[in-house]
Amino acid sequence: MSALTFTLKHRPDQRVDMSPLVCHHLKELALADIAALTLQSGNLKLRVDELFTIDGSDAQNIIIKNSVDKLDFIGKELDGGCISVTGDAGAYLGFGMKSGEIKVSGNAGLYAACEMKKGYLEVSGNAGDFLGAALPGNKMGMKGGTILVKGNVGERAGDHMRRGNILIEGNAGDYCGSRMTAGTIAVMGQTGRYLGYAMRRGTLLLWNQPQLSASFNDCGAHTLAFLPILFASFKSLNSRFAEASIAFDRVQRYAGDMSEMGRGEVLAKL
Amino acid sequence: MIINGVTIDATFAEAFPMKATRAIITAQNEKWAMISAQAMTGFATSVIACGCESGIERVLDPSETPDGRPGVSIMIFAMGGKSLAKQLETRAGQCVLTSPTSALFAGIDGGIRVPLGKNLRYFGDGFQVSKQIGGKRYWRIPVMDGEFLAEATTGQVDAIGGGNFLVLAESQPQALAACEAAIEEMRKIPNVIMPFPGGIVRSGSKVGSKYKALNASTNDAFCPTLKGMTKTDLSPEIESVMEIVIDGLTKEDIAKAMWMGIQAVCDLGADNGIKRISAGNYGGKLGPFHFHLQEIMA
Repeated sequence: MSALTFTLKHRPDQRVDMSPLVCHHLKELALADIAALTLQSGNLKLRVDELFTIDGSDAQNIIIKNSVDKLDFIGKELDGGCISVTGDAGAYLGFGMKSGEIKVSGNAGLYAACEMKKGYLEVSGNAGDFLGAALPGNKMGMKGGTILVKGNVGERAGDHMRRGNILIEGNAGDYCGSRMTAGTIAVMGQTGRYLGYAMRRGTLLLWNQPQLSASFNDCGAHTLAFLPILFASFKSLNSRFAEASIAFDRVQRYAGDMSEMGRGEVLAKL
Repeated sequence: MIINGVTIDATFAEAFPMKATRAIITAQNEKWAMISAQAMTGFATSVIACGCESGIERVLDPSETPDGRPGVSIMIFAMGGKSLAKQLETRAGQCVLTSPTSALFAGIDGGIRVPLGKNLRYFGDGFQVSKQIGGKRYWRIPVMDGEFLAEATTGQVDAIGGGNFLVLAESQPQALAACEAAIEEMRKIPNVIMPFPGGIVRSGSKVGSKYKALNASTNDAFCPTLKGMTKTDLSPEIESVMEIVIDGLTKEDIAKAMWMGIQAVCDLGADNGIKRISAGNYGGKLGPFHFHLQEIMA
């Protein structure tokens, strides 16, 4: 069986809610039924075949070709299966995903992996603000799984994050790890201002020395035994994180945010 | 059956079901991993009075351990799941948590999960940190030499305890030399431990005693100094008997270890004073696992 492929015919005028096109919704449907599904676009409901040409039949393996940044909610609450996006993804990519895998060859918009529960999300380009965060007003962001971004990420990455890994090969914007409850965010590039703002627990693992606020206290230089195990868990990834040469176990440990619970940590490579 | 002049008795070792777990102790170097492992498996020769039977399974190469440091694999056997969990927790807390540079990991991925570092984390007094990596939970407990890293749980599986054989020799040094040779070979087998000191027990026991308070006492039928006083199982030339007890994860593991051990003893043979190989049993009434010596050596 070949992958179920949706090829975008033209750039839509309005944003499109792609949430019906996930593996577990489509697995029982015939191609004609899939074509007849409607997608919300602005105040219009568009048939899937108005926007996409459809090929293939394997609903556990979906490909979205020619994707643009107006396609929101790709892989919403995905529960198993694989979605590959060729091009950019809009906002709320992998929103609340429960399991499975999403890969985007381009950039992702705001709130990618928002309130993600489990699974794997990979963005080859950049990701927007609030990566792996909670919706405004909600208290729990990402609760599990792994996010890999090969480019840069915007502000508030991991806001209210509860569990899981966010791996960023590039730079992270301001307020990275803000209000984190737990989990791990690793940033190979530079980090912005207000790193770990109001974080309660969790780990920010950095390759470069950060600009820290006064509410983070220096705990000294340490060799930490869990770091080799953490890096070993990245070995299967298609990423620089998998390279043995980037691993380290010697860090400067900063505890914070002392204006909050203060059980979080920033570990900067030495 | 006679092998190299050594008579293999037509008898069997009687073993019984136990619960077992395995843990991996790592440290800065093999010396400290071994010190910690020896402490954790100390005073664990027999469930009769120790609460569990425990031993070092083997030394692990850094490439075999979760954190890439030298390590030692240990196994603990107990009569039930609750007592196993209790022994594991107290021993890990007192012998591994306290040991410099140590870390503690699960040695069995499947089975029923029993706490390893799960409760030790409270030693961290609120400063402990949990990390979930690759589907496993680890606890980072701040201690005075840095951080003690412990996997939250390890696996408990059904196992077998009490596999054994007796080495009957013309003298004490010859019995000991034969048992040492056997233990050296048996330690090459995975999934088994020989829980007694150095793997050898010189005070094999029988069930019951003339004293009401005791439920086990000396195996007088195999005590050479009692040959003229009791219903002995020894011929006149036997001056010393030593036993090797084996706990293992499966019947096959124990049978293999018994074969390796008995073969090593028989290789020394009658020329080195080894006369007979026998085994301890309770008439087949207590344990469901019977290891017939002649079948194993056939």
